Amino acid sequence: MTPEALPNHMIIAPILIPLIAGAIMLFYNDRNRQTKLLLGLAAVGLMFLSSVELLEDAKALNQEGGALVQLYRLGDWPVPVGIVLVLDRLSAMMVMLMALLAGPSLIYAAAGWHGKGQHYHSMFQFLLAGVNGAFLTGDLFNLFVFFEVMLAASYGLMLHGSGPDRIKAGLQYIAVNLAASLFFLIGVALVYGTTGTLNMADIARELTTLEDAQRLLFHAAAAFLGMAFLIKAAAWPLCFWLPPTYAAASPPAAAIMAIMTKVGIYVILRLSLLILGREAGASAGFGAPVLMIAGALTMAFGTVGVLGTPDLARKGGYIAIISSGTILGAIGLAQAGGGADLLGGALYYLVGSTAAVSAFFLISEPVSRNDTGEDEPHPHDEGASLHLAERWEWTPMGLDTVEDTPSPASTRTVSWLTMAICFSLIAAMLAGLPPMPGFVGKVAILRGAISQNIGLSGQLPVMLWVYTAMMILSGLGALIALIRFGIRRFWAQEGPAPRILALEIVPVVMLLGMLLLLTLRADAVLSYARDTAVALLEPATYRKAVLQDAARVDATPPENLAPIEPAEDEE
Amino acid sequence: MELILALAIGVLTGSGVWLLMRPRSYQVIIGLCLLAYGVNLFIFSMGRLYIGAAPIMPKGGFVDPTAYADPLPQALVLTAIVISFATTALFLVVLIASRGITGTDHVDGKERSQ
Repeated sequence: MTPEALPNHMIIAPILIPLIAGAIMLFYNDRNRQTKLLLGLAAVGLMFLSSVELLEDAKALNQEGGALVQLYRLGDWPVPVGIVLVLDRLSAMMVMLMALLAGPSLIYAAAGWHGKGQHYHSMFQFLLAGVNGAFLTGDLFNLFVFFEVMLAASYGLMLHGSGPDRIKAGLQYIAVNLAASLFFLIGVALVYGTTGTLNMADIARELTTLEDAQRLLFHAAAAFLGMAFLIKAAAWPLCFWLPPTYAAASPPAAAIMAIMTKVGIYVILRLSLLILGREAGASAGFGAPVLMIAGALTMAFGTVGVLGTPDLARKGGYIAIISSGTILGAIGLAQAGGGADLLGGALYYLVGSTAAVSAFFLISEPVSRNDTGEDEPHPHDEGASLHLAERWEWTPMGLDTVEDTPSPASTRTVSWLTMAICFSLIAAMLAGLPPMPGFVGKVAILRGAISQNIGLSGQLPVMLWVYTAMMILSGLGALIALIRFGIRRFWAQEGPAPRILALEIVPVVMLLGMLLLLTLRADAVLSYARDTAVALLEPATYRKAVLQDAARVDATPPENLAPIEPAEDEE
Repeated sequence: MELILALAIGVLTGSGVWLLMRPRSYQVIIGLCLLAYGVNLFIFSMGRLYIGAAPIMPKGGFVDPTAYADPLPQALVLTAIVISFATTALFLVVLIASRGITGTDHVDGKERSQ
């Protein structure tokens, strides 16, 4: 190997830490939940530290002007043959996001959810390992394996707590994802059949020299892969599984699953810009129109959905769909030449909206619960929908229901008020209103879209306008839906406030703190996101960094039947 | 051989997709199994077809690559089989739980009123 410094072992830490922690937990009896919780928190803390380190690595390298991308060769096999982990700015950012979201979700689970079934903490850690692996891997089949690790854990988390609703939703969730995984495999096989490699950077290199017939097959492979990832990213019309699944899952599980849609988005982002980006020759921009149109339609579908459903957790699902659509559209535009500013804004928005959706799932359960501590039997399906139907009768602004409440403040508790404030802040974030990063992100996307594309007159004008309009309209839709719910729930509802545990408020406040920090440090994060976008739009850097050793291996292929010397490539 | 393999993949995948669309969960799981078989065969075929060729090379690197099958698809298939087998087994558990809790094997958990 090239005489470089020691491999950066930190790269594998975000995968190993949760994997080991999850495995250790299996040795404890499931009743030792406190021990497991502490172990889990320790693992998440370590993961956070390592992700900070990785982020620093990804940034520091850039400032030197050296290689942007770090490699970790698993088993030290030479590059196109062996599996590599690749650290670049994007994967460092996503791992960081994962580490930040894991903590609040785990704390929330400690409020009692982790006791509703078995092995919650182990599955949680395996989910983290799978997601981090998917972010870090540079190999397509390895990506499939990490996807499956993540999905297998998510099936368990989704079903955690059991009950008919979860099992019904879980049946469909698992069936859809199994089918999607098979699509993924077909795509991977086709990619291998046409390019003869599974290393993402190597695929990008091989693609430029493909013959036309092979290229057609490769496009079929890309379409298959795209289907698989769009199902995971919940793009319309592949997203119908998401709202019922996330609504049925227990809140902490839904909160951590909010990032799973972003794994699909991450892979689309990575592959469409690396492999089908502007340097892909005849394949450049393949799939970009699909992404743009799917993005706009997904936002439209999510908006209609969030306005149409009275159930708060389902609204969360539709909001996750809107957020996916916004970023998918931006990726499509960027792939078609939309520029780094737009993509940078979208990346910033991705971080903020994922955290907000996560917080939304955490807050939706306590806000919509009716548990006042007075041993009221939990309302079942029909009861709950009846109850909601009553609340959804039309009254002008819902204000007249307040009139005969003697003293509204008397029935409100501090925790309930905190919830109300948190809810309104999260609603503001998801609708894209000023103090929150949703606003900053959307403005950044709009500014990128307008300054770089309208000025150049003629580049993607129609789709750009549709996208911009949908982005603003979807924010408006989310705002209307959430404010209506908020007014009815926090102002206009009689009766005592539900009982809310401090453990349920703390994680929401933590996530809100992160969101506010994202606003306060918007400059730094935006410039990081913009640099990431610049790096993503120039895939040659990634390709060269990954393949720097590859040429040497390719130099001595066994060419004919003549006996050749054993290749002495590796020491 | 190409024709037979292509037909096999086509028939397995076609019936798998059809069964996947059926309203009974038992049909869905069988459909997923057939689909997985089809996909696994497809992965094999993507490493090109060889007759009577081993995928593993002898020690020493004294090799004639034309005499050996591509080992990578076989490794991929092995992984894919293990993973799809495990997830299908998990699906089976959920299916049985759903059957027990809802009292019907309809995928929506509701028996269609006749």
